[in-house]
Amino acid sequence: MENERSKTNRDLARMLKGGVIMDVTTPDEAKIAEDAGAVAVMALERIPADIRAAGGVARMSDPEMILRVKEAVTIPVMAKCRIGHIAEARILEAIGIDYIDESEVLSPADDVMHIDKNRFRAPFVCGARDLGEALRRIAEGASMLRTKGEPGTGDVVQAVRHLRRIEADIRRIASLREDELYEAAKELSVPIDELRFVHENGRLPVVNFAAGGVATPADAALLMELGAEGVFVGSGIFKSGDPAKRASAIVRAVTGWEDAKLLAEVSSGLGKAMVGINADEIKLIMEERGK
Amino acid sequence: MKRVGVLALQGAFAEMMAAFSRAGADTFEIRSAADIELPFDALALPGGESTAQRRLLRATDLFNPLMERIAAGLPVFATCAGLILLAREVEGTDPCFGVLDVTVRRNAYGTQLDSFTTVGPCAGFEDVEMPFIRAPSIVRVGEGVDVLASHDGVPTAVACGHIAAFAFHPEVTSDTRVISSYLSTHVRQMAHGRM
Repeated sequence: MENERSKTNRDLARMLKGGVIMDVTTPDEAKIAEDAGAVAVMALERIPADIRAAGGVARMSDPEMILRVKEAVTIPVMAKCRIGHIAEARILEAIGIDYIDESEVLSPADDVMHIDKNRFRAPFVCGARDLGEALRRIAEGASMLRTKGEPGTGDVVQAVRHLRRIEADIRRIASLREDELYEAAKELSVPIDELRFVHENGRLPVVNFAAGGVATPADAALLMELGAEGVFVGSGIFKSGDPAKRASAIVRAVTGWEDAKLLAEVSSGLGKAMVGINADEIKLIMEERGK
Repeated sequence: MKRVGVLALQGAFAEMMAAFSRAGADTFEIRSAADIELPFDALALPGGESTAQRRLLRATDLFNPLMERIAAGLPVFATCAGLILLAREVEGTDPCFGVLDVTVRRNAYGTQLDSFTTVGPCAGFEDVEMPFIRAPSIVRVGEGVDVLASHDGVPTAVACGHIAAFAFHPEVTSDTRVISSYLSTHVRQMAHGRM
């Protein structure tokens, strides 16, 4: 439930709406992202495509690297901790990170529990594939959500699936009789109070961005069309031929997603997109992490 | 009804529209130059990221037509990023519209951990809830600019003519007094775009 701290943290996510949050690995990339109009950057040592390629255990980035990114920009800086890794989250809070992403992109530290995010002052964003996951993360204290998608693939299909699923779940809950909510809460394994909010308001109590596999301005526009309130772009920008141009184009596409002429214009001459792997050809399924 | 155009390029424009609707205005989104062809009575600049918004103002060709109207006396209500867009001086970067004689420091309070909500007097009202979210601060107030609210002795809301600008976010609270009073004091109904 919302208290003053969670209201402040949910409000920051509201300020990011209609914007693009970009993965960056260096202060220079952070500047490129900011100049292109990113509303925030995600500082990490390796972008998801490289984590996938490298294999092994992926952990929180070096705090020194995150702080260097923070010094380079005025926009909010986010950073990832492993699912369930309370100590990594505490470290990120201690260095004054603006938003912590408890992320399935990194190797989970706990295969059962997520972090009790209500015990932190720093805001958290978490991934979700359906309304059940979304409301469980909110109950744990997440003040912003994103679809999981399938990170590092450049394949948008999972983000689309998760967004459609969440939106369809919300419509179904909104259409229920009030006395049917108890059974629905049991089915979804979520607290009844969070479900009641969705029933009464026809939306989530926090901002929901799309993430995972976004590679082109058209991908971003598609997700906005399907109800995303903004977009995370991970590997899609700095794995492409002309990052600055592609970053600007995706920013324009998120704001002007309804304008097909504009989309045609910003999609033109962008150079090579990230190569991409089909989401069903990969061995490591990140979206399965953390339910 | 008074028509208020809300800059809807990025940020909490939906919250700004809802707040002006609750205060009794007719609101519409401004996303491109075509949206401001019909007359309107006031402009609202919502919270968001000022760097992203100013870039989009240029990219959408909205900067010049909006600048002309503001210069011609269009009332403007701005919060947070909106204050930064209006300020004559912005520390560390160039001004955007530059029509309000103040100097602002972006993200002056620190990280999100330093964001806070306070309650105090604002624009003649008592006990106004004031959420500061990675807020800017107003480090210099020019001549002829009135201070509407302060926090720890630092101005947090200012007005000059028909422009009112806030470092905090009255639009994300349920209190409509500040916005209603702005509408009745500074905005005259002239537009008849949606008779």
